[in-house]
Amino acid sequence: MTTQTTDIPPAPASARRSWLRDHSELGVCVLLLALGVLVLTDALAMDVDIAQRGPVGPKTVPIVVGAGLLLIAALLAVDVLRGGRGQAETGEDIDLSEPADWRTVLLLAGVFLGAAVLIEPLGFPIAGALLFWGAAFALGSRRLDRDPLIAAVLSLVTYAVFNNLLGVPLPGGPLMGAL
Amino acid sequence: MNALNSLLDGFGTALTPINLLWAALGVLLGTAIGVLPGIGPAMAVALLLPVTYGLDPIGAFIMFAGIYYGAMFGGSTTSILLNTPGESAAVVAAMEGNPMAKAGRGAQALAAAAIGHFAGGMVGTILLVALAPTVARLAVDIGAPDYFAIMVLAFIAVTSVLGSSRIRGLASLLIGLTLGLVGLDQMTGQQRLTFGSLQLADGIDVVIVAVGLFAIGEALWVAAHLRRRPAEPIPVGRPWLGRGDVRRTWKSWLRGPFIGFPFGAIPAGGAEIPTFLSYVTEKRLSKHKDEWGKGAIEGVAGPESAASASAAGTLVSMLTLGLPTTAVAAVMLAAFQQYGIQPGPLLFEREPELVWGLIASLFVGMVLLLALNLPLAPLWAKLLRIPRPYLYAGILFFAAVGAYAVGGEVVDLVILLIIGLIGFGMRRYGLPVLPAVIGVILGPNAEQQLRRALQISDGSVTGLVNTPFAVTVYAVIVVLLAWPLLKRLVRRDRTAASS
Repeated sequence: MTTQTTDIPPAPASARRSWLRDHSELGVCVLLLALGVLVLTDALAMDVDIAQRGPVGPKTVPIVVGAGLLLIAALLAVDVLRGGRGQAETGEDIDLSEPADWRTVLLLAGVFLGAAVLIEPLGFPIAGALLFWGAAFALGSRRLDRDPLIAAVLSLVTYAVFNNLLGVPLPGGPLMGAL
Repeated sequence: MNALNSLLDGFGTALTPINLLWAALGVLLGTAIGVLPGIGPAMAVALLLPVTYGLDPIGAFIMFAGIYYGAMFGGSTTSILLNTPGESAAVVAAMEGNPMAKAGRGAQALAAAAIGHFAGGMVGTILLVALAPTVARLAVDIGAPDYFAIMVLAFIAVTSVLGSSRIRGLASLLIGLTLGLVGLDQMTGQQRLTFGSLQLADGIDVVIVAVGLFAIGEALWVAAHLRRRPAEPIPVGRPWLGRGDVRRTWKSWLRGPFIGFPFGAIPAGGAEIPTFLSYVTEKRLSKHKDEWGKGAIEGVAGPESAASASAAGTLVSMLTLGLPTTAVAAVMLAAFQQYGIQPGPLLFEREPELVWGLIASLFVGMVLLLALNLPLAPLWAKLLRIPRPYLYAGILFFAAVGAYAVGGEVVDLVILLIIGLIGFGMRRYGLPVLPAVIGVILGPNAEQQLRRALQISDGSVTGLVNTPFAVTVYAVIVVLLAWPLLKRLVRRDRTAASS
């Protein structure tokens, strides 16, 4: 275990920063704590006189869950300060020896949000193709001859399968209107 | 006898052309998914949940079951040829299978695994036919307190048996329960955690949570740590077995199911423990102890057979009690909810066509899988060369399709991305994903059963423990909770004795 358990002297900022990086899991505790407070306040603000049936109303379970969140946040904080660390998930394509590539993650999230915004004005076939191409681009594919083609075919086939075969309507947009 | 008749009826359902098509599609997709890195059966079924909007339940479940079994077959191919198992069930297959492939016996390893899956799946499904109706009959008059006890068991088991940290498992479960609270209270119509938003008043659809946590979370997590150079699979020919190999492995194939099946039926983490137990058993019984670690064929045959049988065991608990013991079963349970069907003891009475059609289709699927996997293994192995950007872009694409198909709302896509980011953070900090999914799926149901039970008993807590069934389940829960403590005591005893 590589935790620095020694009391923190009036240390230089860099030491404090590395302590924080080592204990970034405390951020999870803060989030759990905030979630617990949110659930509890929402539960306590409920006005349940209206239609309560039975001895247990709609408040009880949220109160238990909220209290549980607070308790777990505290227990997790203790565990982290004692040197416990959650193990990052591994997998076939995952290389944990290198630092996380935040640029790719942000790009992917951006592409996804962009496609979500475009799906209504442009229709699914175009927005879906842009989503696939953009995501492949963010993940490092630079085959300008192949990528857009695959994206277009995948998106059109999916549209046809959902819209015509499965009967799940997707917006066609101007492209389908023109065809 | 009755079960046999029902099974024959089931074959009548499963062998109609359209259902055969769904079974074939399921096993094809399942094998592909099992072979493909980074995408497991739970994610695949989650991504396919939207088809439940357009497909009849029998066809959908036949396809889902095909995916579950097919992914087991395909997963061992990846383990043997690549040595980087993605699913916990396939870890053991790599231990002996990969050395075999390196030594030029990859074809034999693949054959031992495929026939092992076939044997395990067959024996397991026969046990399912024999046991499930009995379990359903025994449990047929369970009421609200019993259902609540089963769900508490699912919560406790999934947080304390799986994973390395109970605190992190519980944190994940509570996140799931919180997501399940959002929306209108089912019994009173009270708004909870909706913040006045109309969209949230409908609750967060289970499809969106499952797709977000399994698919978006996984794709983003892999994107952050994508291996620059994917590992190269070992080239391999058509699987076949010599007579000597068959003589060594047939007992392992038959032993595997009896280890795998019971572990699949209880909430103990699916195939992970039984494959390992089978490995240890085969090693102890082997006449070729010097080969272990260098490629002993029994070490592939036994565990793979146990893995498939555990899938059958999982279906027993899921169908008869509505108790999901693995991630795939949890997502299948979500599919049942989409159709408004409550799995449980009454399922065998109310939906005999669905249940027996599904079970019969397992036999059909197994034969299809053997036929697909033995001659075509080299072809499947080619899937390992797919460019990773396409693979993960495709996952994001289908996740978006699924979430949008739920209600045609753009806001669902935004919620999906947020849940995906939660899934990303959970993978980063070692919070297991399964408890959260179980929490979302079972949480609202558990609350209803709890409140119904307490309504019957007029608020007295004894109403929760007034049946032998519930008491038994709570006893199991206590043992599960006390297990680490007991283990520590035993160990202390042993060290005290030795010193």
